[in-house]
Amino acid sequence: MSATTAAPATSAVQRLFVVRELGIGLALVLLVVVTTLVNPRFLSAQNVKDLLLGATILAIMAVGQAVVIITRNVDLSVGSVLGLTTFATGTTFLHHPGLPIAAVFVIGVALGALCGAVNGALIASVRVPALVVTLGTLYMFRGFDYTWAASSQINAADMPPAFLRLGSGAVFGVPVLALVAVVVVVAAGAYLRTYASGRELYAVGSNPDAARLSGIPVGRRVFWAFVTSGALAGLAGVLYAARFGTVDANAGLGSELNVVAAAVVGGVAIFGGSGSVYGAVLGAVLLTVIGAALPVLGVSPFWEKAAVGLLILSAIGLDRALAARLAGRLTVRRARG
Amino acid sequence: MRIGTKRLRTVALAGLAALALATSACASDTTTTPTPSGSAGSGTIKAGLKVTFLPKQVNNPYFNTSDNGGKAAVAEFKGVYSETGPSDASASAQVSYINTLSQQHTDVIAISADDKDAVCPALNEARQAGAKVVTYDADTNPSCRDLFINQATTDGIAKNQIKLISAAVGPDGGKIAILSATANATNQNAWIAAMKTELAKPENSKLQLVDTVYGNDDDQTSFQQAQALLAKYPDLKGIISPTTVGVAAAARYLSGSTYKGKVALTGLGTPNQMRAYIKDGTVKSFALWNPADLGYLAAYAGAALASGLITGKTGDTFTAGKLGKFTVGDGATVLLGDPFTFDASNIDQFQF
Amino acid sequence: MAEFTTAGSTRRHPAWSVLVAWDTVVIVGVVLVAVIGSATIDGVADPRFWRFVTLDVIPIALIALPMTLIVITGEIDLSVASVLGLSATVMGKLYEAGVTALPVLIAVCLLLGAVLGALNGIFITVFGLPSLAVTIGTLALYRGLSFVVLGDKAVADYPIAWTSGMIRAIHGLTIPWFILVVAGLAVAFCVLVYLTPIGRGLYAMGNSVDAATFAGINVARTKFWLFVVSGTVAALAGVFWTLRFASARADNGSGLELSVVAAVLLGGVSIFGGRGGPIGVLAAVVLLGVLNNALQLAYVPANTLTIVTGALLIASVVGPNLVAIARQRWRRRRRPGAPPPAAATAPPPAAVAAAPPVAGG
Repeated sequence: MSATTAAPATSAVQRLFVVRELGIGLALVLLVVVTTLVNPRFLSAQNVKDLLLGATILAIMAVGQAVVIITRNVDLSVGSVLGLTTFATGTTFLHHPGLPIAAVFVIGVALGALCGAVNGALIASVRVPALVVTLGTLYMFRGFDYTWAASSQINAADMPPAFLRLGSGAVFGVPVLALVAVVVVVAAGAYLRTYASGRELYAVGSNPDAARLSGIPVGRRVFWAFVTSGALAGLAGVLYAARFGTVDANAGLGSELNVVAAAVVGGVAIFGGSGSVYGAVLGAVLLTVIGAALPVLGVSPFWEKAAVGLLILSAIGLDRALAARLAGRLTVRRARG
Repeated sequence: MRIGTKRLRTVALAGLAALALATSACASDTTTTPTPSGSAGSGTIKAGLKVTFLPKQVNNPYFNTSDNGGKAAVAEFKGVYSETGPSDASASAQVSYINTLSQQHTDVIAISADDKDAVCPALNEARQAGAKVVTYDADTNPSCRDLFINQATTDGIAKNQIKLISAAVGPDGGKIAILSATANATNQNAWIAAMKTELAKPENSKLQLVDTVYGNDDDQTSFQQAQALLAKYPDLKGIISPTTVGVAAAARYLSGSTYKGKVALTGLGTPNQMRAYIKDGTVKSFALWNPADLGYLAAYAGAALASGLITGKTGDTFTAGKLGKFTVGDGATVLLGDPFTFDASNIDQFQF
Repeated sequence: MAEFTTAGSTRRHPAWSVLVAWDTVVIVGVVLVAVIGSATIDGVADPRFWRFVTLDVIPIALIALPMTLIVITGEIDLSVASVLGLSATVMGKLYEAGVTALPVLIAVCLLLGAVLGALNGIFITVFGLPSLAVTIGTLALYRGLSFVVLGDKAVADYPIAWTSGMIRAIHGLTIPWFILVVAGLAVAFCVLVYLTPIGRGLYAMGNSVDAATFAGINVARTKFWLFVVSGTVAALAGVFWTLRFASARADNGSGLELSVVAAVLLGGVSIFGGRGGPIGVLAAVVLLGVLNNALQLAYVPANTLTIVTGALLIASVVGPNLVAIARQRWRRRRRPGAPPPAAATAPPPAAVAAAPPVAGG
């Protein structure tokens, strides 16, 4: 929401955020409780670690996607960017085994940021709709990935063990990958809340024309939003290689809809201007837990996709209902003067 | 990574076929000479045959290996090789490629089918246009192909898997489970049925099969199913996963969990994917076949058909380069050989 | 959808003239590709090539027709491929259960498609939810239901009469007869869009919902019925798909929605609404089909085709936009006192319309 709303309205809006995220959190807790009742081993240390690991990559990409969706755009190319950077990571280790791991992280993130910059430049400067551009780059990046990889496969044995340990290691029982995701989401959340340029993203999403008229450099903000999404997808790609070890050109195929779903379920409104990265992460965790809980509950895994669809529909319905109530309250308050 | 189990079965069956052929070739010639209707492949393969490999999915390292085997064979008999196929393993996309091949007047189409029926009309149209169709790794409906190159027999695979899990679990036996691919994969279900028969034998009485779960040849799903198995049966002693995607996912799960070393794992996997887990002790041994040999054999079989050396009838024989002589079995099937067991002693010799 | 105003607001030119310009470009493109292809690639001139191209594009063309109308009104329907899949699996399941009368199966599928489309329509028009999000949700839901209905199985034992009948050629030619169904629908949609008030109303809805409402158009009802039609046509495509491939599987048509959207966009329909038409879209569908098949025939690897598709898509929107921006700059230079371009004049109606929804996000 724009920074010009009155203080009472701001707190109402903030309360809305909190309520929305609490809602997801509640759904998550409910699901975990029910599954644990059916099988107590669902909450064993090993299983929790597995759940966190499974959610991490989706969560990191969902944070990037949230930033983009808040500006009233969408980034469908994240799956292809992940595939490209995952393969880049593997190839780099294969051909330059002596390279420090930190350098490979930088390479992956930079490659992702570059892809994001391509998207951002097309969208911000030529004013082309994000849906179209990222659909096109979805195809193009994946095509480049395939051509580069040419059916080869990088195996776990080709990567330094220290790197792979990152993928499955834990610090005080919390997987390293999950810690990375936590750092990412806290950093993103803090940036969006405290920095003017972060808050301006919400303004851009709420009403781009008004934002432009009030002096916000809309094009630049959108560009950097896409660079962020690309960079985070790149980071996710590096972590994917650490986690799975064996990578080929098909990594991340089709994952873009899951990422958008995670953000939408997490309360990031597809029309822009509201939502938070914390919600997006919760959405990612919820989707992952559903996938893990279904087999334990004895439900056929064929129901998973349908469950995700229902979740998305309820999420946007809930968003609309809450927002309508808020709009009503704001209008009343304004009328009262 | 999607490595279809049908593929593995094909390789295995083809391997057993080769074994069967080899033994029949060694047998005395009174009882096992081919009947007059079967022709011995004594002619030479025509030069310049256009041979195209159409796997379930390109950009798939497993098919890359098998198709490169085919490429080597095509180079040997001086044909023209190409590989094409869909990026996603969907039946409808394969049909489009088959149509293209029949327009290009390809002589031999070697296909691993995404769906055994959806590709049939297109394949038959291609055959009418003059192409010979050889299936490898995943068969189609027999009515729309000339030969099926199979890895090994169902029984061979089942025996191998039970033997491996029995050795890994140890003499005290215990509960075991199967992590399969998709619920309706014909090859998987055939193997599972044969494994149950094998388990019923007295020497395997200490092993008890408690569950069969499905990972849908998807890495994440297989991982979660392995997780769920151990959550459900904490005293599980062994898992058999006769699918390369499943066994790799299960190995990855076990290797990073508290169950490493306590729960045995075996299955059908590729050396490159499984090497790390053999070395860290998660898996003692697993089996597979050489997919390059499968592609190699498929190319030679197709070339023999296209050159008129064989017609695909039971009893036909032909030579497949360095692999030797093969005989066509029932149902126009050619078997490659036996399952090959990989363990710490030989894992480094293979690169696929 | 991104609210960056572009030359999509066609104030300076009547909508139809912009339409004709891009439609012509695409049609010329098809002819060029066909001619050059016949000359350079062995097999393009063969009637079999055109038969295969036709078989490939029929489902895309079918679905692209109502999709064009939906995008003109500023909405989108991403669930079409899942409707196709669900209709295919239901058809398979019913056939397995013993329903062997083809007309009954087709009727049930069409009805199912209409219901699924109506569901989309209700969410979008009655509850006022954004169509992008809703149809992403129903994309997952309907595809998920396909898996629930048929699992991993395939139903493939349809009678030869049905499967070969579906792809049989028109007597004397090699083109399948089903193209006549597509042609009929195409004519109907073209008449609707170009010649009826309803069609003009669609453009009005795409340009400004308020203006359209004030002009007396029932926006909600029109959009609702558009989604119903989209669902029904997608179900029809599902029937065609199943019988053409002689196989009903839960993943039938997976990913097809992206091909349809790509064709619609390439055909000149603006994603913001208010511009484009079925003629350009059909030409784009044919262009993409011919290009794909011709390049395959020319041994171009699949990876390159993927890149080409993506590049074409981007070019199809970047091109007109660059041209429009250049035109604006040129016009501004010619008339220094002229008011600033579209951006400043569009906001007032958009802002007014956006104020309540802003809070809604």
